[in-house]
Amino acid sequence: MTAVTAPPRRRRAGLRAVPKVVWVFLLIPAAVEIGMVFWPAVNSFYLSLTEWNGLGAAQPVGLENFRNLFADDIFRDALWNNVLWAVGFGGLSVLGGLGLAIALNRPRRGVGLYRSAIYLPMVFSLAVTGLFWRVQYQPDGTINTLLGAIGLESVERQWLADPDTALWAVLVAAVWRQVGYVMVLYLAGLKSTDPSLDDAAATDGAGAWQRFRYVTWPQLRGVNTVVFAVTVIDSLRTFDIVWAMTQGGPYHSSELLSTYMFQQGFTFLNLGYASAIAVVIFALALVFIITYLVRATKEEAA
Amino acid sequence: MSTATLTPAPPRTPPAAPGKPKRRRGWVFHAVLAPLTLLWVAPMVFVLVLAFRSFDDIAGNGTAAWPASFSFDGFREAMGRGTMGRALWTSVQVTVPAVLLSLLLASWAAYALARFAIPGRRAILLTMLAGNLLPPQILLIPVSRVMESLGIYDTLAALVIIHVGFGLGFYTFVLHGFMRSIPGELTEAAKIDGAGPIAIYARIIMPLCRPSLAALGALATTWIFNDLIWAITVLRTEAKLPVTAALLNLQGGYVSNWNVVAAASVIAAVPTAIVFFAFQRHFVSGLLMGSSK
Repeated sequence: MTAVTAPPRRRRAGLRAVPKVVWVFLLIPAAVEIGMVFWPAVNSFYLSLTEWNGLGAAQPVGLENFRNLFADDIFRDALWNNVLWAVGFGGLSVLGGLGLAIALNRPRRGVGLYRSAIYLPMVFSLAVTGLFWRVQYQPDGTINTLLGAIGLESVERQWLADPDTALWAVLVAAVWRQVGYVMVLYLAGLKSTDPSLDDAAATDGAGAWQRFRYVTWPQLRGVNTVVFAVTVIDSLRTFDIVWAMTQGGPYHSSELLSTYMFQQGFTFLNLGYASAIAVVIFALALVFIITYLVRATKEEAA
Repeated sequence: MSTATLTPAPPRTPPAAPGKPKRRRGWVFHAVLAPLTLLWVAPMVFVLVLAFRSFDDIAGNGTAAWPASFSFDGFREAMGRGTMGRALWTSVQVTVPAVLLSLLLASWAAYALARFAIPGRRAILLTMLAGNLLPPQILLIPVSRVMESLGIYDTLAALVIIHVGFGLGFYTFVLHGFMRSIPGELTEAAKIDGAGPIAIYARIIMPLCRPSLAALGALATTWIFNDLIWAITVLRTEAKLPVTAALLNLQGGYVSNWNVVAAASVIAAVPTAIVFFAFQRHFVSGLLMGSSK
């Protein structure tokens, strides 16, 4: 039968008609993902339009949850904190990760050791990272002690209990863990750049900064897109480390959308309201999810 | 698809011509990076030291003081009354089946999508990947409801299933890329010899996928072992909590016993650190999968 139809295009040469068992191979995982991911996601959209405490039936209330959200000061603060978080977390981990990747790109004595040390924190959970840093931030912990030792007693404070510093204190811990990951991504990016271009530019008398700016940086565009998308998606998801260090406090000063959503949903059982927050998180993440997927598509085609 | 293998390069001897300027730059390099690296590992070392100090030493001299004691009390307390021992076992019971099941199901889906002319397979693949990119917050409340209606809320089975479901998209995407790169000639020959799709999957495709399965396995192990949010979403009973969640509970119960808190976080950190050192190459290449070159 197939022999009669037009010869299959070259690209499809490796593919064949689909036997039944192969459908089973596809359908079982697909069913699990639909049941655990897509069906719940759709449900969240529905729940965001209702008022529900988990008992009885959810009461449809239209867009009221969203109207309430934008009148909710804590939500607005959490949203703003999330913007600060995304910029701080993304900016610092890219600066750190890229800088270290450039410094540790060329093989030489000790590079392997430095690299391992810097990406080691990445294997710890965010909760463990949070506790590691809670210990440092204690009133008599290393940070205050160090500040005291160099004569900066006036700067000493209860870092996590002070509304002015709590968010930033958590951010430092999160960046400490993230830098290694970003460095690994950039190291891979640098590896795929063309060293002869760099050499040629050097021969032409270009300085280190010029070579980076005009030769290396343009070649890192692909990595930049991925790092950018991943960082923003991660920022919007950030939950564990805040939960471990401050639970969003004191006075919601380190509240992010995810922690506020969790409190509303699982502490106060305002399930409709919490779902509305989740929908906002999704909407904000959507652009970056698409960016990542477009990139993935290109790779697939390549 | 990149299975870019970035192995932490074994320190090769620096390029020849150790002229004067080169040597000076090498000196600057280490002068900057050695202190920086020390600073980077300092918080870990500090927690490790704290975990081995006695309560009296810490209470008397402060957490940041030079250690004046050596004791296993913190570990004993954390493993025993602090429930970290039980929590570790719980985590193993969740992580092992979740990783194996994830890779098994993902390899099925990837095989079907990579080697057969399934209509719309690219859209299916990207949809599956998109599922993994969703913020978990949009799933939390409905997932806990789904688990209730399946009658498995507050069981470890629920935690295993949600880990499998949420991770599948990413694992499938990565394995798909790898399976597509396997030349068709390899499977054609087996097909001529009469091998069916299952035999080809089991005897040719899966053995060839071993490197990417190892990398994904290392990555999935740390992700699942380190999870917090799914555990506190689908579990209620304290006695069933895995390591990360138990660690946060313990912290609440031992507010000023810093040696116990430090010991418990070391206990929670050690298994992933072992995975990291044992599979360092796989781990790093795993991180690069799904990103790009």
